Amino acid sequence: MLHKRNPQLNKHGELIHLLSIEGLPAAVLTQILDTAGSFLSVNEREVKKVPLLRGKSVFNLFFENSTRTRTTFEIAAKRLSADVINLDIARSSAAKGESLLDTIANLSAMHADMFVVRHSESGAPYLIAQHCAPHVRVVNAGDGRHAHPTQGLLDMYTIRHFKKDFRQLTVAIVGDIVHSRVARSDIHALTTLGVPEIRAVGPKTLVPGDLKEMGVRVCHDMAEGIRGADVIIMLRLQNERMSGAMLPSSSEFFKSYGLTPAKLATAKPDAIVMHPGPINRGVEIDSAVADGSQSVILPQVTFGIAVRMAVMSIIAGNDA
Amino acid sequence: MSTLHLDAEALYADLAQGVKGLLHGLGPQTALVGIWSGGAWLVERLQRDLGLAGAPGVISSTLHRDDFGSRGLAGADRTSLPFDVDGRPILLIDDVLYTGRTIRAVLNELFDFGRPASVTLAVLVDRGGRELPMHAAYSAARITLPKEQRLSLVRDDAGRFSFDIKQQQA
Repeated sequence: MLHKRNPQLNKHGELIHLLSIEGLPAAVLTQILDTAGSFLSVNEREVKKVPLLRGKSVFNLFFENSTRTRTTFEIAAKRLSADVINLDIARSSAAKGESLLDTIANLSAMHADMFVVRHSESGAPYLIAQHCAPHVRVVNAGDGRHAHPTQGLLDMYTIRHFKKDFRQLTVAIVGDIVHSRVARSDIHALTTLGVPEIRAVGPKTLVPGDLKEMGVRVCHDMAEGIRGADVIIMLRLQNERMSGAMLPSSSEFFKSYGLTPAKLATAKPDAIVMHPGPINRGVEIDSAVADGSQSVILPQVTFGIAVRMAVMSIIAGNDA
Repeated sequence: MSTLHLDAEALYADLAQGVKGLLHGLGPQTALVGIWSGGAWLVERLQRDLGLAGAPGVISSTLHRDDFGSRGLAGADRTSLPFDVDGRPILLIDDVLYTGRTIRAVLNELFDFGRPASVTLAVLVDRGGRELPMHAAYSAARITLPKEQRLSLVRDDAGRFSFDIKQQQA
């Protein structure tokens, strides 16, 4: 097979689109995390804005709803001084039958510089990156079950912030892994950054067996899965993506895999609890844990803005 | 190869005297702020050698540079100003003053933190070649270098300064 360059990188190996964490070298991930660190302090300034994307237009293309992710991308772009245009595509052009590439061609004619794309089809952001003008940048804000790279990166930022070094950690990802693009992005990032033990914890119907090939330890028993963990990433039960009887009921799920204070006590005493949100209290996580001292769910949200600022400014500054 | 000899340590001693004189005029509220990275090393040592209280500031031009499009975002340098900028006289320190573009970016960065009473600039070396109307209140040396040469301060493990002159690629 011919060697094909990763479409996210230019010929110097610099990031020009963010489509997936898979295939990105550790140096690129670390650069994003370091840059995010500089942007975190922008929030503490009198003027919470820097001019790196001044005069650029960032189009938020959400073919699938997401208030939180869209908002944090919007805040990040505005803190970088970009003009932000939010398009509720799901309810407009796509509903009228326009094809994805026609939508992109039209928006490009409006002089877009960057597309932030969420789509229910895996690979949609790749398709856009391949067909847009050379100066246009694409950020994947979640595609199907495939990837959610900025969430993966903000999770890495959070872990590094609280745990400093990746190379000693045990990280447990718990819940609905089969439907989770967050889990996939996290696993790629954790592996690239050298985490020695990654566990995927959940019922057989929600934890695919082929994860073992990604170097992940699969645990169908919650107690075994979180014992001695430094980091526990809880995932949301994605009822909207489930078809058929994958689960008996959400209360049944909570009994086996919901994170309660008693179960959390079996992890390391200084373990942190993460969740990409929105949380379902009493389904995958007990309120006492979500609001407890080991929860870093809200810092994740704050870090998410800095990470998205880092990604957008890095790709905007690199030539295709 | 350049035959230019610049004794960075000797120039630093002159700069320290110059900064002492400027501080005398600016008053005790004045904060030293070094421009990343050479200027940051200089203020670290000036603060100590001049017996100034508190910690100096460090400022980065990265977020306001006019060549962001071609340079992109590299390095993890960041601004840290451990004092209130509002109403305070600021004495900016840098190793080399050249086009003035870094100073322009740094001034914008500084004003994102508040409204200083005044901003003064002191540098180790003024190499001419200004492209913006910037002026140093003190420079320990004034030299002229060909455009393609890049002059920067280097600090060794023992904390001693020297200059590095590199040929720029066109």
